Amino acid sequence: MLSKGLKRKREEEEEKEPLAVDAWWLDPGHASVAQAPPAVASSSLFDLSVLKLHHSLQQSEPNLRHLVLVVNTLRRIQASMAPAAALPPVPSPPAAPSVADNLLASSDAALSASMASLLEDLSHIEGLSQAPQPLADEGPPGRSIGGAAPSLGALDLLGPATGCLLDDGLEGLFEDIDTSMYDNELWAPASEGLKPGPEDGPGKEEAPELDEAELDYLMDVLVGTQALERPPGPGR
Amino acid sequence: MIPGIGTLTQDTLWCFSQVKGTIEIGTTEADIISTVEFNHTGELLATGDKGGRVVIFQREQESKNQVHRRGEYNVYSTFQSHEPEFDYLKSLEIEEKINKIRWLPQQNAAYFLLSTNDKTVKLWKVSERDKRPEGYNLKDEEGRLRDPATITTLRVPVLRPMDLMVEATPRRVFANAHTYHINSISVNSDYETYMSADDLRINLWNFEITNQSFNIVDIKPANMEELTEVITAAEFHPHHCNTFVYSSSKGTIRLCDMRASALCDRHTKFFEEPEDPSNRSFFSEIISSISDVKFSHSGRYIMTRDYLTVKVWDLNMENRPIETYQVHDYLRSKLCSLYENDCIFDKFECVWNGSDSVIMTGSYNNFFRMFDRNTKRDVTLEASRENSKPRAILKPRKVCVGGKRRKDEISVDSLDFSKKILHTAWHPSENIIAVAATNNLYIFQDKVN
Repeated sequence: MLSKGLKRKREEEEEKEPLAVDAWWLDPGHASVAQAPPAVASSSLFDLSVLKLHHSLQQSEPNLRHLVLVVNTLRRIQASMAPAAALPPVPSPPAAPSVADNLLASSDAALSASMASLLEDLSHIEGLSQAPQPLADEGPPGRSIGGAAPSLGALDLLGPATGCLLDDGLEGLFEDIDTSMYDNELWAPASEGLKPGPEDGPGKEEAPELDEAELDYLMDVLVGTQALERPPGPGR
Repeated sequence: MIPGIGTLTQDTLWCFSQVKGTIEIGTTEADIISTVEFNHTGELLATGDKGGRVVIFQREQESKNQVHRRGEYNVYSTFQSHEPEFDYLKSLEIEEKINKIRWLPQQNAAYFLLSTNDKTVKLWKVSERDKRPEGYNLKDEEGRLRDPATITTLRVPVLRPMDLMVEATPRRVFANAHTYHINSISVNSDYETYMSADDLRINLWNFEITNQSFNIVDIKPANMEELTEVITAAEFHPHHCNTFVYSSSKGTIRLCDMRASALCDRHTKFFEEPEDPSNRSFFSEIISSISDVKFSHSGRYIMTRDYLTVKVWDLNMENRPIETYQVHDYLRSKLCSLYENDCIFDKFECVWNGSDSVIMTGSYNNFFRMFDRNTKRDVTLEASRENSKPRAILKPRKVCVGGKRRKDEISVDSLDFSKKILHTAWHPSENIIAVAATNNLYIFQDKVN
């Protein structure tokens, strides 16, 4: 599975990364990151943060403080990686045109979308705990089910797919967890209708910081999820 | 030297007093101490651990025979406060780890404390029983019921002395009020209410009422995608029962007045220090996240702990702290590694001494630091088994940041980041401190002359 391949790749990178980034960070001259960074260091930091986000969300009940801090840091890193002008500072509905042409920008939108959806899903956790609420209205109950790792495939890519595990609502809660469900990257993107990011799918410029393999896969997902996008559930 | 009104001059020497816990290298995770708290008189010292247990130590009466042993702490009561739970609806396991313990002031012979895990707060009563009734009419001495037909005379049961037994009973369980993880509890100065704070909300409880609580702060955004900040700690003012503070992951402190409105989403005061542009980095926000906030005993100041510093704020000045103390600034150049291994997210606590003249907080390598606010001196000490001879004076430690390392110094790269002192406590009136080092509890006292 490509997602597993991607994971292996990240682990390798993670091993190499401490040396590179460490050395750079230990340089007492570089007090302010905004000035210096070679793109390489930021990219490693970006990947590290993505990994952390991933791990954080793998918890059955994510540590919210950790999650929020990692997400905010990731946003900062990303803001510094892309040209400052192109990016809206906060993902509450960003103007689609401003993130149109740059894959990095659209992956930022995708990132924002996925992070936003993930945070949104956390609110579904709360929704579940309030008894008389019809689950159908809540939309995808999301990753709290089974305590197992949610939508790993999607999260690897920061694609727009999120923790939406179940199409069937309540019945799905009681299914045995089948890990092939998580490796399946064809989960629909957040049906909350948040971000237009995925529509920018094909034909984007390659951002120099992303590997070709990563890029191809990202594009596949974007195109694939586009094709499979579910209509929004009832009540939305 | 007057006890409690200590200054950290060269005259103050800290000595090892006791250590509780096992020595073995492989620690059971359940034994890791997660909170330490003296009661209001300092007679009792409570610890909570990851396994949901509470252990209470009691100070023994000082005896004239042993002048040098100023009242050692011995185990008084041990009980299982919280058990692991499983939330079936969400398929989530709720950790039994005790996040905080707070004592209530003593109002009768029994002791009361609040203990909390991520979701549920419990009020425990700890009381002594040293008498037992004997001579029941309907029961025999073994407690078996007697056949009433065989009873021909009546007697009045009498209380006879027995071996002291300390019992802990849960008196109240305050559950189902927190969706997110509880990080703080604080008893109000009215002794009738207390608050519990999780990542996004703070609730006010009455001790007598367990099925209802009032939400007094709610920072959950309407759209979770807009979430950028969480509550990290909260505390009531020591004297003004309408005032409390809470800190955030963005390094801000808000002071709220419950008289202003029922929902204190709008703060009365907002404390934030502007960011130092020369220290800006990707990690600025993470290291500014406040891990603990404590009012001074006087109520005039608040102390906050972020990753690298301890700050003292005057309640009357919101735009910057009046004092900033560097706990381990040598870590500033290591932030990326510390981010990678998640140490940058460690939550250190901080404490005042009884007279608010000295503050203390923990660090890595089992080091802990004290700062004297008057003399501006500071000291680094270590909680380790090597310094564990009775009344052994603790030698100040020093971290070498670069260049030549002197004989007794330790270099930054040799620090053990798995040995972190997150939880410490200071006796309310004497120079006795309790320091939790993973699964061991160290008690240090100042040297008795």
